[in-house]
Amino acid sequence: MPSLKSLRNRISSVKSTQKITKAMKMVAAAKLRRAQSQAEAAQPYATRMAAMMAALAQGAASNPNAPKLLVGTGADKRHLIVAVTADRGLAGPFNAALSRAAKARVRALQAEGKTVQLFAVGRKGRDSFRRDMADLMMGDVNFVGRKTVEFKDAEAIADRIIAAFNDGQFDVCTLMFNKFVSVMVQTVAETPLIPAAGGPANDNQRPESDASGSADYEIEPDDGSLLDRLLPRNLAIQIYRALLESSAGFYASQMTAMDGASRNAGDMINRLTMNYNRTRQANITRELIEIISGAEAL
Amino acid sequence: MTLALEIISPERLLLARQVSMVVIPGTEGDLGILPDHAKLITSLRGGMIDIYEDDEIIDRFFVSGGFAEITETRCTVLADQIMKPSEINRETAMEQLAAAETAYREVDEADTTAWRNASDRLITAQARIDALAHE
Repeated sequence: MPSLKSLRNRISSVKSTQKITKAMKMVAAAKLRRAQSQAEAAQPYATRMAAMMAALAQGAASNPNAPKLLVGTGADKRHLIVAVTADRGLAGPFNAALSRAAKARVRALQAEGKTVQLFAVGRKGRDSFRRDMADLMMGDVNFVGRKTVEFKDAEAIADRIIAAFNDGQFDVCTLMFNKFVSVMVQTVAETPLIPAAGGPANDNQRPESDASGSADYEIEPDDGSLLDRLLPRNLAIQIYRALLESSAGFYASQMTAMDGASRNAGDMINRLTMNYNRTRQANITRELIEIISGAEAL
Repeated sequence: MTLALEIISPERLLLARQVSMVVIPGTEGDLGILPDHAKLITSLRGGMIDIYEDDEIIDRFFVSGGFAEITETRCTVLADQIMKPSEINRETAMEQLAAAETAYREVDEADTTAWRNASDRLITAQARIDALAHE
């Protein structure tokens, strides 16, 4: 039977843990709101950009001189996986789920005989990949000590990826991130980054249907050079969106995890308090019995 | 008859309002967009966006480049970076211009992509300085 003092100590230590988890939950909730509104604010640009891309890409995909960023190199041999995780933990399965999915993807691709490289965004993912797949790492970035992600950050990542692509280091690039479905649910999502058109153009498509999207629009200066500008931009936007979704997902996951932790701490305090009171009463009863039997013996 | 103008930066929707005309800096030259304009997609160079209402400029923005999608009823500007002329810092702008000039002089003209990027950068940097005059 633990002594009363040790029980008291445990109760107070669990209470202070609960204070911390409660505070973290509150902070995560506030940051989640900010991350969500940031993600919402970025939505109009992404939507318009996607519409513009669709209008242009349809016509250009059938063009043999289409930019490589749009239609790919024609090969499907070397893959790059960009995995977006958070920089910090204490967020339930958030980081682990993504690393696990990314690793499974790497192994599946390797089983098909493809070479795979990894680019880690976020410290937790980097650490996890370094343990298992250090030889596959192409690079990493993290935003430790930063309050919010900015578009500049996404642009910097996009520049690095495009530079590596132009350098011929890989054929296909896929982005993996935690998609924010709701506060309770974040699922691992994949977006193809390169080729942006989602695979080589299908030769069976009739040219009329190909051109229908861009035919409505006049294009200035011309399809090719506009796409050359639009594609890197689109890549950066995709990454920016993934970063924002991931950051909203992270805070949601952290909030849920900390809510659970606070509740568990509460349960534990109740159990310990019950135990403490029982022990205290047992002590009192025992002392009474001792006194009474002592008095009777006289 | 008005035109729905939207100016959007990657970070947020900056402005959405009805205007009677807007002048945007296309890569091939400035475009005045009135309602019922033909459908058009264009890239933008660094320059000024002038918003008109009843033949008067009511607002001006400096845009560092981007894209615009124009339909009969709507003009959407997807700006790389956008700011009021008064928000431009003269010293930083000068530094950026100097850096862009050096980059432009040193770029290999055979590399078309790099050359285009450098020339875009120079045009934008110059336009940023010019924008200061509109403050």
